[in-house]
This record gives sequence, structure tokens and C-alpha cells, in this order.
Amino acid sequence: MRLSGRGVRCVRGGREVFSSLDFEAASGEAVAVTGPNGAGKTSLLRLIAGLLAPAGGSIDLEGGEAELTLPEQAHYLGHRDALKPALSVLENLSFWRDFLGSSGDAGQNLARVGLDHAMHLPAAFLSAGQRRRLSIARLLSVRRPVWLLDEPTSALDAAGQAMFAGVMREHLAAGGLIVAATHAPLGIEARELRMELRIGGAA
Amino acid sequence: MTALAALIRRDVRIALRVGGGALIGVLFFLTVVVLMPFAIGPDIPLLTRLGPAILWLGALLASLLTLDRLFMADHEDGSLDLIVMGRTPLELACAAKALAHWLAAGLPLVVATPVLGLLLNLDATATSAVALTLLVGTPALTFTGMIGAALAVTLHRGGLLLAVLVLPLSVPVLIFGVAASQAVIVGPTPFGTPFSILCAISLVSFVVGPFAAAASLKHGLD
Repeated sequence: MRLSGRGVRCVRGGREVFSSLDFEAASGEAVAVTGPNGAGKTSLLRLIAGLLAPAGGSIDLEGGEAELTLPEQAHYLGHRDALKPALSVLENLSFWRDFLGSSGDAGQNLARVGLDHAMHLPAAFLSAGQRRRLSIARLLSVRRPVWLLDEPTSALDAAGQAMFAGVMREHLAAGGLIVAATHAPLGIEARELRMELRIGGAA
Repeated sequence: MTALAALIRRDVRIALRVGGGALIGVLFFLTVVVLMPFAIGPDIPLLTRLGPAILWLGALLASLLTLDRLFMADHEDGSLDLIVMGRTPLELACAAKALAHWLAAGLPLVVATPVLGLLLNLDATATSAVALTLLVGTPALTFTGMIGAALAVTLHRGGLLLAVLVLPLSVPVLIFGVAASQAVIVGPTPFGTPFSILCAISLVSFVVGPFAAAASLKHGLD
């Protein structure tokens, strides 16, 4: 499986964020997207996730399932955790498992991210790090080959970062690929895609 | 199917929990209808004649009140991104969300109608006619309102804009809903004619609403 972008151009709010960007990631490979704030790291992930339309160029996934589009084969872990404060931890996870189409054991995945003690607690009471752990449990519950991670390790403690590095390693070993926007080291081997800040004119 | 059932279950559950806001609509409906007799005065025949219109206006405004949360809450916490990316067609997901919204916010209005009919001096036949028209008509309000909710999703404080966008679309529902109820109370047109048109409007909104909302969500995200 190979994810590739050719000459990708992104325009947001009438301003060009980046243009003619090429990138590539193969099965079992992690790409760390780095660069200063505002360089377009999140925009790139959202372009790959199909949540933004590219102003030019193309993004393709070769060797995936033919009937499914790239966004349908991807997990997106964004700044916002997609958690409902009124629902319990287990209810939140079970919903995403059912909606995204899987039948795994939610309790087991919560134990993996260290949240099994808080299973019936409403998500409103979780700390930022615990919310992140719950989002990681969603990645584990439903199998998707492409992981798009936006600052995945922010708010995680040292043990959490080690746990997440293990999770990512397993995903890569199973033939998945990861594109992560990050400022901190990911904790795994990753190819760096450096993005530069463009201060500039209108597109 | 399990994906849609999960979505409906989640939305209904959130709406019914503390702070979910499903009951705000019913409370508003109750307030509007209870205040009307005080404003109009003790003219009982007049109250009967205005009854269906008052109930329908109350229900329309109450359904507008909670409509802006339909997509806004999911947009704010990032759930909408994942729903758009998911393997479930967005049109079906939109329809499921609208159905859940109607179950939590529209159906209680229909259930409250018989009680409020008493306050407006409506007899059993008239009350059941209004309740029946509301049962058929409020889904149309939700499904057409969903289009406005999808358009206004990226705007903060889009509630007022939503009302302006949605009200013209709800005028036909209001006209035929009230007309059918009035037909039972004062005649002379038969109940069936406006009621069938109301049913037709609902059926059209079930088809158009999800497609229009899904299209506007796909293009509106950023």
C-alpha cells in the first residue's frame, strides 16, 4: 500500500498555505510532518482525510481496497476529540465502534489505553490526557490502514507516550501507515516531511 | 444498519440527558400556548377558532429553537469530521440525525398537544386532528430545517440566520397543517384534502432534506 501526493496545493481563506508539495508513505512507514505553526500541517492532514478540497494536485492511495475511497480507509485523530461529554467513556467508544463498522471488544481496548477504571465515568470529567487516550482507543477499536494523527502525543504523560508508541509500532508492523503532524518526537522511527512557513501574498 | 442505529441511539441519548435540551422545546411550546388565552381574553369561541393556529405556531417556533444544535454540536467537538469520513453514506447519516432529532424534540410536542388543547377549548375531535397534523407535519419541519442547519453549521451564533433560512421553507407546512385542523373544526373543506398535501410535503422533505444537507455539509467543511 502506498499513499502519495503529487503537486498538492492548498488555499485557505484566499491565502495559499503551500503549493507543489510532494509526499509519499508506504506500508509500515511513518511520516512525521514538522514545521512552524501555520505552515499547513493540519491542513495537509485534512486534505488527505478528504475534509478539505485540494486547490491543485492529487492524493492517491494505491493498493488499498478498490471500492473504498481514501477517507473511508483512514482514521483521523484531530485536535478535537469527537467525544460527547454527556456520554460515558464506554458509550463514547462503543458508538464510534458501531458507527465506523467494527465489532471488537470496547472494554479490552479501554484497558489497553489505561482507561478501564473510568469506563462508566461521563466523558465530561476526563482530563485532556485521558480524552486523548480515549481517542487512541477509537483507533484500536476499528481497523483502518491509514492513520492521520494531528499532535497525537500532546497532553499525554510519559507512560501514555510510551503506550502510544507501542500502539503505533504494532499498527506499522501490521502493514499500516501513519502520517502524523507533530512538534514533539513521536517515539518511533519516522521519515520527516518538513514544511516551511510561507508569509505571503494572496493566491 | 448498525451504524445508523448507533447514531440514532447516541443522539437520542444525548438529547435526553442533563443539558441535552430536548425538553426546552416542549417547555417553550407550553409557555407560548399557556400565555395565549391570557393575551386573547376570555372569548371561548374565538379561542377555539384560533386554537389550531396557536398550537401550530407554537410547535413551529419550538422546533426552530433546538434545530441549530442538530449539526453544530457535532461540528464543534469534531464528530462531524469523522461522520463525513465514515463508510456510511452522508445522506443516510443526515437522515438518521434528523430522525433522532425528531424523536427527541418533535415527538414530545405531539404528545403534549392533547393537554394544551384543553387550554384552548378544543374538543376531543379537534385536538386529535391537530395532534395528527402535527405528527405528520413536524417531521417535515425537522427535515427541511436540517438543510438550514447544515448551511449554518460553520457559523458561530448561526441560530438567527438559521431561522431566517428555514422559515420560508416551513410556510407550506404551516398553511396545510392549520388548514387541515381548521377543516375539522369549522369546515367547509374536507379534512382529507389539506392533510394529503401535508403528507406529500413531508414525503418530499424526507427525500430532499438529507441530500441537500449532505451536499452542503460536504462543501461547507473547512
